Amino acid sequence: MRALQVRRNIAMLGMARIASAVSPVMAAKMGPLEMRTVDDPECPGGTNAEGWHRVHTRLAGICGSDIALVEGHASTYFEDWVSFPFIPGHEVVGELDSGKRVVLEPVLGHAARGLPLPFAGASPADGDDYAHLAMDSNGGALATGIQTGFCCSTGGGWAPWFWAHESQLHHIDDDMPDERAVLVEPLAGGIHAALLAQPSTIGTENPVVAVLGAGTMGLAAVAGLKRYVPEARVVVGARYPHQQAYAKALGADVVVPSGELQRAVRREVGGMLVGGRLTSGAHVTIDAVGSNASVSDALGMTKPRGRVVLLGMPGEITLDLTGLWHRETELKGAYTYGTETLADGRTTSTFDLAIEAANYFEAERLLSATYPLADHVDAIAHAASAGRRGAVKIAFDMRERS
Amino acid sequence: MPRPGFVLDVDRSTPPMLFWRGENFSLERLPADRSRVIYPPEPLAGIEDVDGAIRNALLNPMDAEPLPTLLKPDMKLTICFDDASLSLPKMRQPDTRQRIIEAVLEMAAAAGVDDVHLIAALGLHRRMHDYELKHVLGDRIFDAFHPRGTLYQHDAEDYDNLAVIGETEEGEILEINKRVAESDLVVYANVNQVAMDGGWKSITTGVASYRCLSFHHNPKTLQNTRSLMDRHHSDLHKSLWRMGKVLRDSGPQVFTVETTLNTDTFPKPFDFLAKREWEWNAKDRATYLATQKSLSAMPVKARRKVMHNIESPYKMTSVQAGFTPTVHEETLKNVYAQHLVDVEGQTDILTMGIPYICPYNPEGIMNPILVMCMGLGYLFNMYRGKPLVREGGVIIMTHPTYPDFNPVHHPSYIDFFEEVLPDSTNPAVMSEKWEKKYAEDEWYRHLYRTGNAYHGVHPFYAWYWGAHGQQHASKVIIVGGDAATVRRLGFTPASTMNDAFEIASDVVGRSPSITHLHVPSVLVADVK
Repeated sequence: MRALQVRRNIAMLGMARIASAVSPVMAAKMGPLEMRTVDDPECPGGTNAEGWHRVHTRLAGICGSDIALVEGHASTYFEDWVSFPFIPGHEVVGELDSGKRVVLEPVLGHAARGLPLPFAGASPADGDDYAHLAMDSNGGALATGIQTGFCCSTGGGWAPWFWAHESQLHHIDDDMPDERAVLVEPLAGGIHAALLAQPSTIGTENPVVAVLGAGTMGLAAVAGLKRYVPEARVVVGARYPHQQAYAKALGADVVVPSGELQRAVRREVGGMLVGGRLTSGAHVTIDAVGSNASVSDALGMTKPRGRVVLLGMPGEITLDLTGLWHRETELKGAYTYGTETLADGRTTSTFDLAIEAANYFEAERLLSATYPLADHVDAIAHAASAGRRGAVKIAFDMRERS
Repeated sequence: MPRPGFVLDVDRSTPPMLFWRGENFSLERLPADRSRVIYPPEPLAGIEDVDGAIRNALLNPMDAEPLPTLLKPDMKLTICFDDASLSLPKMRQPDTRQRIIEAVLEMAAAAGVDDVHLIAALGLHRRMHDYELKHVLGDRIFDAFHPRGTLYQHDAEDYDNLAVIGETEEGEILEINKRVAESDLVVYANVNQVAMDGGWKSITTGVASYRCLSFHHNPKTLQNTRSLMDRHHSDLHKSLWRMGKVLRDSGPQVFTVETTLNTDTFPKPFDFLAKREWEWNAKDRATYLATQKSLSAMPVKARRKVMHNIESPYKMTSVQAGFTPTVHEETLKNVYAQHLVDVEGQTDILTMGIPYICPYNPEGIMNPILVMCMGLGYLFNMYRGKPLVREGGVIIMTHPTYPDFNPVHHPSYIDFFEEVLPDSTNPAVMSEKWEKKYAEDEWYRHLYRTGNAYHGVHPFYAWYWGAHGQQHASKVIIVGGDAATVRRLGFTPASTMNDAFEIASDVVGRSPSITHLHVPSVLVADVK
């Protein structure tokens, strides 16, 4: 089949990194992503194919981590956690051979690897030892890979079909449009970040959560906060006018241009500005950008003993952590999703919450454009400059076959 | 003999007019046969013997005993003086205030007065930097008083050092600096550059508390201040005069010294600014071009530095001392003698160039709120009788209106721009909804009291200053301003003067009458 594939090619990664400084189109052309004819993947279950399904991609989103990879900016951290060559694509709504539509929870967790669950009912990303993600399993049929889209055995969403384990699949109702369903995975990420903010808001009078950045993930965090952390007053810094409009539409209490966020937070919580940092600050700041500047800004606008949740993938950055030390700020990563404990003590999976939130917010409004897989250069370039071009989420559309 | 101000009717031979554009200028051609330009009077002659005139005023005051007879050895003497908001631009040294205070101190020393405090009457303005104090007072006064803590700046938030003098019949509470309130004699050293200043305003705003100021610095009062330069038709001044009566009845004895300046504002090479355009010679035109091009080529910071470094060669035209109301009436006569220009009737459009400076950004950035304040507050109010533009007319201003702020001087302005203006540009709405929060913000309070920041409420006051103009005009257009910033102010951006006239035609038709208020220098149009 024809699919987009990433091979380990250091020279191409280097070229992409340089080219990305010039234009996203050049980076997409010169980078490690290529449209190729690839062999159909073998079932990753090995001798035990039970529970594995072919998923026919309908829509597959382009994520910031995909762009970082294509443009050669991804951290080398993941080198030992992925297996080449792989087909990207982890934000997927697809269809099983049976015709049932599903959304993909991409983490290749214990169940997919034939290992005991860390606890009964655990989601794929649960557990406190990630060893299983970094080694071959199922008799070697399932190679290393943190998730579908970074594993050479399963294929990925940027192909007509791929393999997924039933632990990764969430059936969706017939009345949920594909355009909404493809937003479930990023929404799950945002909701997870929102729920990681919640411990710092419980028992606090008028808690303020700042969200820095309002691309797909920032907006997903806003949706998560408004839906599942309703006690928080949400203050959003959004760079582009359309992002500001979306943040307001999702219920953010205060929306300002990015450069005004720190002052907007001060206006909410009081305190002073000393040396470019707030003396007080937001109870929690969710950094949905993941850059040197954004992490630094997030630390500077979070109150002493508050929490910074890193939702945007930060990569390699340089930071003066004196302020973090002095203010005893908690820095919390928010990679993915799993089993969540809500404020009322109820436990549920992030994906179930995300499906509910996608319906509630009619998340299809965030899908700005779709492209056929063959137009991947244009699609990647559009996604890489989504904010500037008035877009939020860009996806591949592979529904022609049906 | 200086020529009086006059009104020029623009015809086809009239050269383009000079407009300020912040730290730069432009020449704009006005439509012939329906435009007029109001030119200020030329600078009046200054007093030759300034120190002699001051001494004479102190010895022969109006409706008061000569100053030496009021000075006693065991008395508390407090000398208040206008802050850095005057003069604009700053005057060459020695400043008039220095000369007045030196004369007063000489008499105080002769009388054996040793309890003397000097207080900068800055109201809710920012504290002056030491170099500004030195510029205004001179090194000798600064060095003699500042190290001993007897030269300091009024703090409207220091409630341990404020005292209530009384209440007007309208329920306005006069609360002022406690040292002033408890003094046996208060001498006020004033520089009067426009008719709005001086009189009872000096003490009842300069050393008052926020609470006291809020009785008249509010939208209702300022919408009914018509104009700021005509105290008899100004609700602001009526309130101040009521407070003045309380001060007179229940406060310390006040000995006011007021001075007026001529309009000799710009030294070489900027002296062409004060010339009438058709009188420019080849050298003036060359200087204009060279200056304009040089300023355009500079980064904005450098342009600001060049302009703020200008020191004006003003001359003092009068000095009067004694009982405040009597002194002030004489001051007004002298101010009007320099500023008044007779003008017949109103026009559909008023144009004016907004300069780089207003009373609230000495040494600083003319931020967007101050552009509004300067245009709709100060320049629009340069009238007596009726505004130069008819009600429902259009005001066109020229200014780059960049969204730049001095974070040291104007911290609350930044938040006002980011938080308040997107919510409302209506003075009454913002007053109701936002003013208290800004007035009581601890950070702003801290920066006002210990740094060099305007009080947290000050951007509101700057905005209210333009409330009458805002209410009067149906559209305000800024030519050459940053479009997004101009829109946030509630105004309409235009790229050229012709675009502005085109935009204005929606309101005033295609052949509107136009008045251009020629700035510099300062004038007050006496509109019949």
